[in-house]
Amino acid sequence: MVRRTFALAFVAAFAASPLAVRAQAQPVPVGAIEILSGPAAAYGIAIKAGLELALDDINQRGVLGGRKIALTVEDSAGNKDQAINAARKLIGRDKVIAIIGPTLSNEMFAVGPVANERKVPILGTSTTASGITEIGPYVFRNALPESDVIPVTLNKAISRGVKTIALMYANDDAFSKSGYDVMKAAAQKAGLKIVAEETFGSKDTDFSAQITKIKSLAPDAIGISALVEPVSGVLLAARSLGMDRKTLFVGGNGSNSPKLGEIAGAAADGLLVGSPWFIGKPDATNQKFVAAFNAKYGRDPDQFAAQAYDAMFIMAAAIDAAGAADTEKVAAALGKTRYSGVMGPFSFTSGRDPASVEGVVVLVMQGGKFVIAP
Amino acid sequence: MLAQQFVNGVLLGATYALFALGFTLMFGVMRVINLTYGFYFSAGAYLALFATRDAGLPIWAALPLASIGSGLIAVVIDALLLTRLRRVRASELASLMVTLGAVLALYSLATTFVGADIRRFPIGIIPEAAYEFAGVRITAAQILILLATSVLVGGLVALMRGTRLGLAIRALAERPDAAGLMGIDTTRVAAIVSFLSGVLAGAGGVLIGLNFNAIQPYMGEEMMLRGFVVIIVGGLGDIRGALIAGVLLGLVEVATAGYFVSSLKDAVAFAILVAVLWTRPSGLFGRAVIRRA
Repeated sequence: MVRRTFALAFVAAFAASPLAVRAQAQPVPVGAIEILSGPAAAYGIAIKAGLELALDDINQRGVLGGRKIALTVEDSAGNKDQAINAARKLIGRDKVIAIIGPTLSNEMFAVGPVANERKVPILGTSTTASGITEIGPYVFRNALPESDVIPVTLNKAISRGVKTIALMYANDDAFSKSGYDVMKAAAQKAGLKIVAEETFGSKDTDFSAQITKIKSLAPDAIGISALVEPVSGVLLAARSLGMDRKTLFVGGNGSNSPKLGEIAGAAADGLLVGSPWFIGKPDATNQKFVAAFNAKYGRDPDQFAAQAYDAMFIMAAAIDAAGAADTEKVAAALGKTRYSGVMGPFSFTSGRDPASVEGVVVLVMQGGKFVIAP
Repeated sequence: MLAQQFVNGVLLGATYALFALGFTLMFGVMRVINLTYGFYFSAGAYLALFATRDAGLPIWAALPLASIGSGLIAVVIDALLLTRLRRVRASELASLMVTLGAVLALYSLATTFVGADIRRFPIGIIPEAAYEFAGVRITAAQILILLATSVLVGGLVALMRGTRLGLAIRALAERPDAAGLMGIDTTRVAAIVSFLSGVLAGAGGVLIGLNFNAIQPYMGEEMMLRGFVVIIVGGLGDIRGALIAGVLLGLVEVATAGYFVSSLKDAVAFAILVAVLWTRPSGLFGRAVIRRA
């Protein structure tokens, strides 16, 4: 009898313990959808690197009392349909409790509704267009929209005595146009006099007519919302047409690229641009991130990696706070998460957008490189 | 400002004319809408970029090398794509579709190898400072474009009118069959035309890349629409017509952007194309120099 009980207990213990261990250690599935191939792959690869670097740190202690996060990264190739398929696969087959991504605002407008319908929280790290979080109550982002960044940049210009401004933008590109709308509204709000509004095509290479016209109006500043290629062209044209060096160029997020210094060289010197993150930010959290990124990947992180790095920690904190690997609980906890990372202090507004612009750094181009603007 | 805008317009127009020269030559002689032309333009810019940046050559050496390189690429690609079509006397639509497919494949292939991002020639490869004459500013690259366009237009007209090769090209343009019967090696002359137009495309790519500092695989594609306007308004195969039409287009664009509304620049330019074709279907000047000279 005793022997039998002992045997049973032994069998039970033997059978139960691996189960218990498995339940305890079963990883928490989280998905990510990023552009890992095609022309825009650089963004997605940077984001993936940021996520995985954060994950190394998070999984050392785990979430929910020691469970690891299992991150599945799907490639969208920058294609909306492929992004939707990736979301369906992550939600349906991998049973993820949350999704990070996708890379582009356009993709989020396609994928956001899918996740929202299945009540799976989705956190965009690089989706800056307006209207993203209006998709639904499960759509979040930690990327600062341009409407938050541009006013900070304009204020810096105003503090340098700018009173009149000319605006330029690419009128065939949604991103550039929305940056221009924000810039115009911010300039009007700040009481700047808008002396001219000039447009060009995002693939144009000649800007001489617009620059000659603006030069004759002699504004204190030129606000420009476009991707880095036309911005470089505008700056080069401004210098060869002899635009006054005192005219301050103020760029939107498209100007926030090291490519600007590469193409425009000294012509870009003096351009101001606001950035949610900067590699040279001196705080310890940021310096530790930059060093760890370099150690793991052998290159410097960019803004996209930094935003993704913070997003992974924010997600981990939300899972911990939710107390269970459950989509609805994680979504509720995510909205309340407060976190201080490489981008500065972070929390969500009730509209699931970033609440603070404290982390925004205004940069100035100097000798072909960005430095923090004095 | 008026003088500067006028110069801006002429300079922009010169880049359009420079781009269109080889295009109109090929179009006028071969009677094919060869869309691979834009690729030879991109190829010229990249060959010169590699020559200057990676091989450290000065621009005066890179320019002819890249132009000849583009010419050779043009000979090979045109021969591969068009020889068979010519032999079976395929319709113009067939050559249009074949070259459209080929050029998309070529751009995409090039993008895979060189990447999609924009590049420029090494800073300082030509003097960057602008010269100022009576309040009008012009850079060395722009002067180079004006000179090159004038020299090339003059040279091409002289070649067409004053040499045996020009005579053979004109004969081929006029009556390919009769030209063959008269003892002209039409395959060889066609290859020479491909080479010349490739050289012109390549030189245009280098100079325009030098001026705008925007070298990327699809740069030829971006110029193609303007190129069409210029060669159609100027008259197919009309070299001086291309020059005049290019400069007119540049002036119209600059005038619209500088004195009217910059967002209507393209609308005005292309409305003019439509208007010209309505009233003068064979171009502003109504004749093709290559075929009639």
